[in-house]
Amino acid sequence: MAGWRTHQGQAVALARANVDTDQLIPARFMSVPRTQGYGDYLLHDLRRTETGELRNDFVINQFSNATVLIAGPNFGSGSSREAAVYALVDAGFRAVFAPSFGDIFSSNAINNGLLPARIEVATYENLLTQLGAGTCEASINLDDQTALIGNENIDFTLDETWRIKLINGWDDIDLTQHHNDEIARFKTKYVQSNPWVLPVRQIKS
Amino acid sequence: MNQPQTLLDKLWASHEVLKRKDGASLLAVDRHLVHEGSHHAFAKIGARKLAVAAPDLTFAIVDHYAPTRERAQIKDPQVAYMIKTLRSNARQHGLEIFDLHNPAQGIVHVVGPEQGITLPGLLINCGDSHTSTHGAFGALAFGIGATEVAHVLATQTIWQKKPKAMRITVNGTLGVGVSAKDIALNWIARLGTGGALGHAVEYAGSAIRALSMEARMTLCNLSIEGGARFGMIAPDETTRAYVKGRPYAPKGDNWHTATAAWDALCSDDGATFDIDVHIDAANIAPTVTWGNSPEQALPVTARLLDDRAQNPQTKEALEYMGLTAGQPLEGTPIDQVFIGSCTNGRIEDLRAAANVLQGRRAKVPGLVSPGSQLIKAQAEREGLDKIFIDAGLEWAASGCSMCVGMNGDLVPSGNRCASSTNRNFKGRQGRGSRTHLMSPAMVAAAAVTGKIYDVRKLLNKGDL
Repeated sequence: MAGWRTHQGQAVALARANVDTDQLIPARFMSVPRTQGYGDYLLHDLRRTETGELRNDFVINQFSNATVLIAGPNFGSGSSREAAVYALVDAGFRAVFAPSFGDIFSSNAINNGLLPARIEVATYENLLTQLGAGTCEASINLDDQTALIGNENIDFTLDETWRIKLINGWDDIDLTQHHNDEIARFKTKYVQSNPWVLPVRQIKS
Repeated sequence: MNQPQTLLDKLWASHEVLKRKDGASLLAVDRHLVHEGSHHAFAKIGARKLAVAAPDLTFAIVDHYAPTRERAQIKDPQVAYMIKTLRSNARQHGLEIFDLHNPAQGIVHVVGPEQGITLPGLLINCGDSHTSTHGAFGALAFGIGATEVAHVLATQTIWQKKPKAMRITVNGTLGVGVSAKDIALNWIARLGTGGALGHAVEYAGSAIRALSMEARMTLCNLSIEGGARFGMIAPDETTRAYVKGRPYAPKGDNWHTATAAWDALCSDDGATFDIDVHIDAANIAPTVTWGNSPEQALPVTARLLDDRAQNPQTKEALEYMGLTAGQPLEGTPIDQVFIGSCTNGRIEDLRAAANVLQGRRAKVPGLVSPGSQLIKAQAEREGLDKIFIDAGLEWAASGCSMCVGMNGDLVPSGNRCASSTNRNFKGRQGRGSRTHLMSPAMVAAAAVTGKIYDVRKLLNKGDL
């Protein structure tokens, strides 16, 4: 995965709190292999009518080139489904700005190069006022954790671990394999002092 | 003198291989549970030609797509494909699988504890947010996404930043007809679904000590609905009694070494928590959700907020749920019921529901799906299946079923379901479905009255 430091694009606002993972992608689409793309499933039941057509009155449908999403508190709460992030990324989003995020969603986002930027509630409300159902320019800088969305200058919050990972586009498996010796040493000692931690099946169920 | 430590501190320290300068810890994983939904992660390691690092610590379980009816021939090709994919991944990597026809198959968060795969003191991961369930044993258990699942498969470790510590102390005695589900919905309604974001919640207090393991699992399971990736309860005699003799639990000398280690798994006196919450058990009533977020919950005796107190989000939830501000919650007619899930699909949950249903008829249709096939068999030995069937409910096989609808067990659009599950999100049980979360006993009360109803009015003296 490629890292990134800056991004410029169009922002849209989804003026809702608690946009949970079941709304981001309903469970019925999750058996699709990632290679087929998840963008069409993003916010499926909000964006589409019962017969599957896009609703003209839904903001994301009007600005399909948007890359920055402004949303309400507790965005991505709910399940661990990484498909919620796939849907956003495959629909072209690079960043979500919200007052708070579901914990598992945030780490899934980082693992897919999507920025979960925490902002003050007042900033969120200013952005809603400014954007309404429209769009505006957005530029993001991960180095100093700032963004300019419309005319709103924003200092956003992001865990330092995640900021570094996003910039470097680190692959955790590669990183971890550098520590293989330490892991092996730890495990030997760990199992020696805690022999009961290994599962031993001794009774037929 | 050493600084007093929290249970979280102790569990974290015992699994920390190293800590990076930026604050992330590399933790050793003791148990990794995978299910059909883990297909993305297997594809990721497959693309890199990596093997599973510790097949003996990895267990595959068919649950999310498991058919609850007509298992011999799976009708839905998508469901069949998902199960087949898990089966072939398990075979390829040499993983033990609790497959559809295994008598111990069930929901991952029920099977792990039931088999003794889950133990106090372990670090347990699963690509499912309700992995917090296993924290009921005093384990460090948390849900992870697909990239993290691939990482655990490939390395048997996980990078994680230590969460802050939060404690919820519940003292006193729960009233008759009030359960762990009500404790959870009560604190989530009070603190909000973001109330525990970034925190590991430890449950403590006399009311928690009095809970069975089943009830503790219900409580820890729902931690994620309050934003906490981790829920935990220090192990005690109740924990040991549950674990002892389970198929994968330590035996002989290992049992004694293990229990000695488990005795140290508690927060020290004087340990500090970033958030400390106190709840009086006597103040908790049977609780029911009315909206589309678990925080939108009220005592069954309450009225919905009146117009003045509403924000647009509340209005939208009321509209979706087909409810009116100011109306009493009790008496709301329901269309169907569901009893099951990793939250409330255990034997004690089935007993609580059957206790209400015994000798009564359900006014609406409903589905009962035990948390595992072993629980199903136990319930049948106890005659609970007959009570459900005689009441007019359908008695089915085990799986995630109508909690998430992936196997096709769906609530039709517009239907109102009284459900013992964990999420009342829009569309969770099917597009347009209306979910009211409540305890299994409350679901049973809804079944026999055809409406949301205070179960306490149906219970006899001496009932729990």
